Amino acid sequence: MTDTHDLVVVGAGPAGLAAATTGASLGLRTVLLDEQPRVGGQIWRDVTRAGPRATALLGPDYARGRPLAEAALASGAEVASDALVWDVARDLAVTALQRGAARRVRAPQLVVATGALERPTPVPGWTLPGVMNAGAAQIALKTGGLVPGGPVVLAGGGPLLLLVACQLLDAGVALAGLVETSPASNRADALRRLPGALAVPSMLAKGLRMIARVRRAGVPRFAGATALRVLGDDRATGLGFEAGGRAHRLHADTVLLHHGVVPNVQIPRLLRVDHRWSDARLAWEVVVDAFGATSLPGLRVAGDGAAIAGAAAAEAAGTLAALGAARALGRLDEAALARLAAAPSRALDAQRRVRPFLDALYRPPRWVLEPDDATVVCRCEAVTAGRVREMARLGCRGPNQTKFYSRCGMGPCQGRVCGGVVTQVLARELGLPPAEVGAYRVRAPIKPVPLGALAGLDEGGGDAAG
Amino acid sequence: MAWRRIDDDGARRRVTVDVEGLPVDAREGDTVAIALLQAGVVAFRETPIDGALRGPLCLMGACFECLVEVDGRPNVQACATPVADGMRVRVQRGARRAEPAA
Repeated sequence: MTDTHDLVVVGAGPAGLAAATTGASLGLRTVLLDEQPRVGGQIWRDVTRAGPRATALLGPDYARGRPLAEAALASGAEVASDALVWDVARDLAVTALQRGAARRVRAPQLVVATGALERPTPVPGWTLPGVMNAGAAQIALKTGGLVPGGPVVLAGGGPLLLLVACQLLDAGVALAGLVETSPASNRADALRRLPGALAVPSMLAKGLRMIARVRRAGVPRFAGATALRVLGDDRATGLGFEAGGRAHRLHADTVLLHHGVVPNVQIPRLLRVDHRWSDARLAWEVVVDAFGATSLPGLRVAGDGAAIAGAAAAEAAGTLAALGAARALGRLDEAALARLAAAPSRALDAQRRVRPFLDALYRPPRWVLEPDDATVVCRCEAVTAGRVREMARLGCRGPNQTKFYSRCGMGPCQGRVCGGVVTQVLARELGLPPAEVGAYRVRAPIKPVPLGALAGLDEGGGDAAG
Repeated sequence: MAWRRIDDDGARRRVTVDVEGLPVDAREGDTVAIALLQAGVVAFRETPIDGALRGPLCLMGACFECLVEVDGRPNVQACATPVADGMRVRVQRGARRAEPAA
């Protein structure tokens, strides 16, 4: 199809907002597509609208998003909210469902900034109502100013788990416990990487403050926990686990699980660009250069959607991707590119130096990501880890074959939740590295869309929304 | 136990949603999932696979666990759908049936 813009950006979190603002400021005809009703992504969800108390609770890292969101809205880029991207073609034509109608845009440069997904925590009972990702509790706070009414237990590991614990405490929520699964060996591995992390001392200080906050509140804290299982028959009533050589049970109405976040690679996977498996972060990442360029000319991936490095890194990466796009379009010369890229490159490098420490400290234990046979891994189709292993023993060599034979990953979430776990379970069972086992093949529509929206598409290209 | 609202500054208009025949108070701009959590609904659906009860996992449109029926339309993502005054929300039980469009 013919070009509708110079630059298309997908996703309005830190990377996408920065890319759109930078692109528009360089005079590129820019459109920013985002599936939410308001910009901000998940980290700054509803930042332009959240109430004063929720904003105060969410802290300065959240409030920071507001001027950046407002800058994008005022940048001259077209901000298309409520636009669910469900297909991207090899020629970079992007198809979205915007308020019930199909819309197609295309530009020679596409920046995908679709952020992260929470890594699943497949433990017995994790499918019970009342169990959520820790990040989901934060989204409830951002979008509705809502917190759990009854006692909460938090389990897993990662900066977000601590952050949510502190925010819930500040909101007056009763925490039945903070159950950390990071094995003791993580600490030694992390300490070896501490010098790099000292590049961003504010990050370490933030972590220590959060730990002190939880301690001061007298929340029961358990380290090196294993054998997690959610209690309850038709809804969660608490969490059982082992820690310090003893079995524990904590009662709670809401169980919040978290084991870090992983890149949301649906669009790069759809376009079959080069990925690599990160053993440090136990996730698929997109292979990109310093300006986000992938193995498909014109396609750039910026922010956590390429590799997890956090919001500040994503903002810098979004700026760099737009600069790279402008250079590719001939709108910047090499000298201007070098000058404009210097500051964001430095910011990105500093943020990245922190990651090896955090990755080692909060590396999820193997028993979480390779659960026992009876535990459900694919929630949509209720497929257990044991069934996936059985498929491997019967000759399946990768996730697409186990999907075909067991429906694992074939439900409405299209493998977003279980994909990484299935790769790791199969890798162990087959005795192969995850990179060789591979990932689910992603096909359009990457999110379910009504048939009427497909029927409304004008195959001749252009904007079919009329 | 129902989730509670800590930040009701009155800036957002009140709307009433019909959840399983009961009136539920919500705020304009809430998603259906937020309204249901605040109303004390824990299980949003039964799976079509084994009838097990499920509730929302991610609240960000990725997991498809919060599927509900909205104004007669099945399989609507509660976390990605804004509330509207008078909206009818139903918990989903069992598999969806394909019906000819009205």
